[in-house]
Amino acid sequence: MSLQILVLAALDGIAYGALVFLVAVGMTLVFGVMRILNVAHGSFYALGAYAAASLGIAMAGMGLSPWLAFPMFIVAAAVVGITVGGLMERFLLQRIYGYEETLQLLVTFAVFMMLENVQRLVWGVQPYFYSDPLRQLGNVNVAGITYTAYQTLFLPLVALAVLFGLRFFLRYTLAGSVIVAVTEDREAATAIGINARRVFFLTFVIGVTLASLGGALASPTTSVLPGMGAEMIVLSFAVAATAGLGQIEGAAIAALLIGLGRSMAVFFAPEFEVVMPYLIMVLVLLIRPEGLFGKTTARKI
Amino acid sequence: MNALLSARDIEIRFGGVVAADGVALDVFEGDNLAIIGPNGAGKTTFLNICTGYLKPQAGRVTFKGRELLGSSPRAITRLGIARAFQIPQLFAEQTVLENMLLASASRAGRLGMFTRLADIPQRAEAEAILEQVGCSDVKDRVASELPEGKRKLVDIALALALKPAVLLMDEPTSGVASSEKFAIMDTLIGALRAQKVTSVFVEHDMEMVSRYANRVAVWSSGRIQKEGPPDEVLTDPEVIRTVIGS
Amino acid sequence: MLMRVIFPAIVLLAALNPLVFPQWDAFLTIVFAKALPVIGIILLLQAGQVSFGHAMFFAIGAYTAGFVGRWMGGGGELFLLLLAALAASVVAGLFVGIFVVRYRYIFFAMLNLAFSMVLFSLLEKFIHITGGSDGLRISRPTLLGQEMSRANYEFGIYYVSLALLALAIFGAWRLMDSPVGHAMKAIKSNETRVEYLGISPRRTLLVVYVASAALAGVGGALVGVFQGIATPDYAYWTRSGEFVFVAILGGAGQVLGALAGSFSFEFIRVTAAAYLGDTWQLTLGLMLLGIILFAPAGIVGSLVNVGNRWRGRRTREKPSPLGEAKEAVR
Repeated sequence: MSLQILVLAALDGIAYGALVFLVAVGMTLVFGVMRILNVAHGSFYALGAYAAASLGIAMAGMGLSPWLAFPMFIVAAAVVGITVGGLMERFLLQRIYGYEETLQLLVTFAVFMMLENVQRLVWGVQPYFYSDPLRQLGNVNVAGITYTAYQTLFLPLVALAVLFGLRFFLRYTLAGSVIVAVTEDREAATAIGINARRVFFLTFVIGVTLASLGGALASPTTSVLPGMGAEMIVLSFAVAATAGLGQIEGAAIAALLIGLGRSMAVFFAPEFEVVMPYLIMVLVLLIRPEGLFGKTTARKI
Repeated sequence: MNALLSARDIEIRFGGVVAADGVALDVFEGDNLAIIGPNGAGKTTFLNICTGYLKPQAGRVTFKGRELLGSSPRAITRLGIARAFQIPQLFAEQTVLENMLLASASRAGRLGMFTRLADIPQRAEAEAILEQVGCSDVKDRVASELPEGKRKLVDIALALALKPAVLLMDEPTSGVASSEKFAIMDTLIGALRAQKVTSVFVEHDMEMVSRYANRVAVWSSGRIQKEGPPDEVLTDPEVIRTVIGS
Repeated sequence: MLMRVIFPAIVLLAALNPLVFPQWDAFLTIVFAKALPVIGIILLLQAGQVSFGHAMFFAIGAYTAGFVGRWMGGGGELFLLLLAALAASVVAGLFVGIFVVRYRYIFFAMLNLAFSMVLFSLLEKFIHITGGSDGLRISRPTLLGQEMSRANYEFGIYYVSLALLALAIFGAWRLMDSPVGHAMKAIKSNETRVEYLGISPRRTLLVVYVASAALAGVGGALVGVFQGIATPDYAYWTRSGEFVFVAILGGAGQVLGALAGSFSFEFIRVTAAAYLGDTWQLTLGLMLLGIILFAPAGIVGSLVNVGNRWRGRRTREKPSPLGEAKEAVR
């Protein structure tokens, strides 16, 4: 019995960790390149979820094949990322790259306030349910536990695909190398003719698209409702900070750790579900302030 | 005679670059020790190690017989080792006097919450130090508005306000107009002598070294290549070839 | 000028106000009480640190007042409730502070947010203790042992809030000009040198952090006993955001900015909320962006700048504590 619960908790934790990874890796990528922590990042997760849920419900209403939901997720995420994210970068963030960190934080916080409100204006406060894709993939049996294939297989596979896709992109493509160059030394990169503005735009759009993809993929597994963005921003920050801000592979491990920790809490100490991720983060930061995989940088004096 | 500050077997490397490989150096009470050497040899690194900003891979640094490695810059400062910087490290948004008063308040242990900083009893002494280094005229200016030479002097004045036993300086007069250099060093060395402060300074200008140092240490290729009185060291053919000629 | 003439004048006017416009009492009580946490935010901003989680101390203050009132029977005694709220928020401030003062900027802001999210969810989850999302009812306490009618009670709280606010503004003003206050500004511009002066940045920040938590706690307790309820919303991030918003609106360079900001904020809310309805947060966000991009000195700071120009002083008193906007990336 307790072994079964353990398996269930593990499956749940892996699925959840996969979703959190998608959001956190976007945040950490944006931070690594632009040195800006986007407080509105969680709102993109929520926007992606709302967009996917309402499109999915509309598609089901039109009688379209439920399989179309899967390409729709990607389209919904990209649309949110490119339009909302693109506008935010082009018209707001570009004005504040030279500002102090505190001001940058406040600016993205202001966007967060606005996006949370916009969500409520567009979608109201009633929760949305859209679980067709979940049923479409059916169930699998793991160690005597029946669990949805969507969560056991599909989500972790997407997360792995994103992880290796990002690695490949950053290491072996021209656009990726340019991003890495700007991350490592912005001045030198600009000096050899790299357009830092374009790199920032591209990075930001990719980052928030990943967040809204996380939201879109999460929509079948949870009810979509106000406040989910706020919760996700701190959760993905916890993951990114545990890994060390800017660490992509580290974010995957931290997401798994925090996902598992949280689902163990759900099954064994439900009151502490929300506390668990932060507990893990606090413990890690107490021992390694720069995160599990982060590097310290000393100021030159 | 016992050394006041003593470093032994210091080893530190950054990636493949060896900055120190078995450095041993003693500073005695009353010294004005100059450290010279080629650029990038590790002289600033040595100051960073002595003040706890960097930890070497091996070695020991003692002050009055007490081990310093592992202590923070703050703890080491409190023991009586003050530091002035090559690039002035000031509080850019505050006035020169406020910068100084903060140092004096810290030294006197008067970090209260309800007395005004401007009213601390150490104010006269802080102003006197500014006078000594020739910065009284800018005491009400915001630090970021000062010209480089003045910033440099205020940086040293901040260290002096801590009334240290040892003052470590990193090229104290770089950035100061050459017409003023000697006048400033004269008063600075005079002030150090009056307050019985032992000093160590990293320097590139050999004229400064021969005028103000009583001992010179040559730092080259991660070692102390030669050490002794200025007239002896500065005329050494090997030193001339590696350091002065370069 | 600001603190020697305008501040006492405002306090005097506020003290006389109930005799002239008693219908403003309730509104102003909320303005005063909510200005307290904003003072705390302004203090932390001196070191360049912004907290997105100070609502947690606001909630701790309000819930403490509620619990202690219930434990004392009836509603308890107002001054004891305030003392208890102060004590609880100081303890909580120490506990959270010891951890968060190790971090700066992004981490400082987000760790505070994380702690407040945890408190929010605990307040919602432990229904049998906290009353869940319905909140905790706070009965009307006695005032110096006197049972009060509703009108007298509100009259009393008005003056208590005003007195506490005046005290807090004065104290914070002294703090900002004290060695600790200057050390805060020094932390913002050059923390390495602060260490090299033998000052502990963490200890300095911790002292101020605890003070800011205490201010938020007392503010929360006042709002709680005035409104008769504490809900988990008191700890929600939107409220933390409001505190930060009000600090920036009023002007983080001067303590008086907290009062100016709080007054303007509540005034906008009372007058415009009916028209704005569902777009309240959106409006706040837009305003926040506008202030940061175009008037980072806030209300009081801008007035001071205008005053200086008018008196022919060309240099600005002090740079905005938010810092100067530097040139953008090419």
